[in-house]
Amino acid sequence: MPTLIQNPKSKIRNRAARLLFWLVLLAAVVFYGLPIYVMVVNGIKAAQDVSLSTMWNLPPALAAGGFGEAWARLSPNLRNSLAMVIPAAVISALIGSLNGYVFSKWKFRGSELLFALLLFGFFIPYQSILLPLVRFLQMIGLYGTLPGLVLTHVVYGISVTTLIFRNFYVNVPRSIVEAATVDGAGMLQTYTRIMLPLSAPAFVVTLIFQFTNIWNDFLFGITVVPNPQAQPVTIALNNLSGSFSVDWNVVMAGAVLAALPTALVYIFLGRFFIRGLVSGAVKG
Amino acid sequence: MPTPPTPQTSTLATRLHRWLRRKEALWILLPSILATVIFIYVFIGTSFFFSLTNWRTLAIDLSLREPVYQTYVDMFGMPRFQADLRNTTIFTILFIAFAMGLGLFLAILLDRKVAGRGFFRSVFLFPYALSFIVTGVVWRWIFNPETGINLFFDLLGINSVLAQAGMEPLKPGWTTDPDVVFSVNGLLAAVWPGGADFQIEWGIPIALIPVAIAATWQLSGFVMAMYLGGLSGIPHEVREAARIDGASEARIYRKVIIPMLKPITISTAIILLHVSLKIFDLVFAMSGVGPGFATDVPAIFVFEMMFKAARYNLGAAASIVMLVMSCLIIVPYLVSTFRHRE
Repeated sequence: MPTLIQNPKSKIRNRAARLLFWLVLLAAVVFYGLPIYVMVVNGIKAAQDVSLSTMWNLPPALAAGGFGEAWARLSPNLRNSLAMVIPAAVISALIGSLNGYVFSKWKFRGSELLFALLLFGFFIPYQSILLPLVRFLQMIGLYGTLPGLVLTHVVYGISVTTLIFRNFYVNVPRSIVEAATVDGAGMLQTYTRIMLPLSAPAFVVTLIFQFTNIWNDFLFGITVVPNPQAQPVTIALNNLSGSFSVDWNVVMAGAVLAALPTALVYIFLGRFFIRGLVSGAVKG
Repeated sequence: MPTPPTPQTSTLATRLHRWLRRKEALWILLPSILATVIFIYVFIGTSFFFSLTNWRTLAIDLSLREPVYQTYVDMFGMPRFQADLRNTTIFTILFIAFAMGLGLFLAILLDRKVAGRGFFRSVFLFPYALSFIVTGVVWRWIFNPETGINLFFDLLGINSVLAQAGMEPLKPGWTTDPDVVFSVNGLLAAVWPGGADFQIEWGIPIALIPVAIAATWQLSGFVMAMYLGGLSGIPHEVREAARIDGASEARIYRKVIIPMLKPITISTAIILLHVSLKIFDLVFAMSGVGPGFATDVPAIFVFEMMFKAARYNLGAAASIVMLVMSCLIIVPYLVSTFRHRE
């Protein structure tokens, strides 16, 4: 607690300060909760109860609201997102793990520079590779397909997954690795026998980080997959929101549906989420 | 970490051994190296090349323009692109000021034993888990002039008071407001002869403010989390010592703690800067290009030139400008971090 000077006079001041403190905290909760409130409350309103002037009102009656229609419209895209995010997150995590292992335990001349060159990919605005990427995917016949999108996310995920695993493996004692090599195990063998079993925490962090990033992606989805049927849910939600023939409660319900997977991950695995965020935030 | 302990006098055998090991390491890294070379470096080079060509219709034309940089000249002369550069600048300033300020403030609030501390932290960080599209779709309605925030002016009775005073009701247009305030064109023209040639107003587009608020909503929790991480690393003795010296809490933060958090401030600001320079989905979903390009940003410009207008060279040129802006920030940061570690 902020201990002010302990004398009787400051007691009232102390109480006032505490009241102010809680009021400010409450105001912050309202600010952060506002959009969530709008989304959920309007999502469960029936079509006839949604109007511009009653946005802040609670629904007059509990209803499935826009969820039925939102689900009907978005479920193919939710499935696309899932079919994209799972392989992309797993593959990029596996590659990142191998790279991180080599970059932390088998340094060689030039490996630091190589790592820096790899890491650079994390920081570029993807607009600067977009046109060649689309041309390339057209060339190899993956343009407009989910595998093409998975490939894209894996490739552009390598830098950050490598970074997370490298930062994790740096803290694994070298002696463990050396003991295995003395036994005659090769680099890959040491990885599968020694490092991989130790890596569960790093995998959880990386998978969550990648799941969130890839699920929430919009740029690659909208440029690599032009066909609305094959698009991930973020693009479908944006289309839904821009179309004038759709009721507003459906859009809000759709926003809830699109947000739900990452929100659930956050709610149940929040502490790993924070860890991923901190290691994803480059500390070198 | 140092290289594996090998004897200083490297015999042929150990050298061979090291060479083999390096080969093995490179084999493992090979797919990633190849992918990075192609998908990052070759692609960037290709984009740059496209920006120098005549490719501005659906039919590919890879002949070089004359002069080769003409697309860049055209682009910087476009009122729309000038507006984009202004908007990125203003948005970055607003967003970073809001998000850093609020994030630090919340971190300081929660930097004590508070009942439900974990709960508050989770609530404030929650938006970070959502996609910018979800954020944009919802905030777009909150800042819709016909509903959302504007309803509060009625609900709170502000508008009835204004009506009684014979004034117009308060009804800001938010993202639909085309006004640009605090224009400095006159000033620019006075100090720099070329300043009069700007075809847009250099000031603060009102429509950008709601977008900056939505972005702040999404990322200030991240700033808070970074600062909380830093605050937990500050030893208790530091505060104790300052308290014994009779410093007030506010003073301790201002003079001792916040300066100690400088490395976190720098890296967080850089991450936000990076987010703001390439911001796309949030603006795209929330306001689009806005009235008179009031909320247009380079990323939307690139997208529309490449995927709507088929002005490929122009889109590529704008994307290279985005890349250069990012590099100007990121490269010095990366270099200094790496150097610092060695």
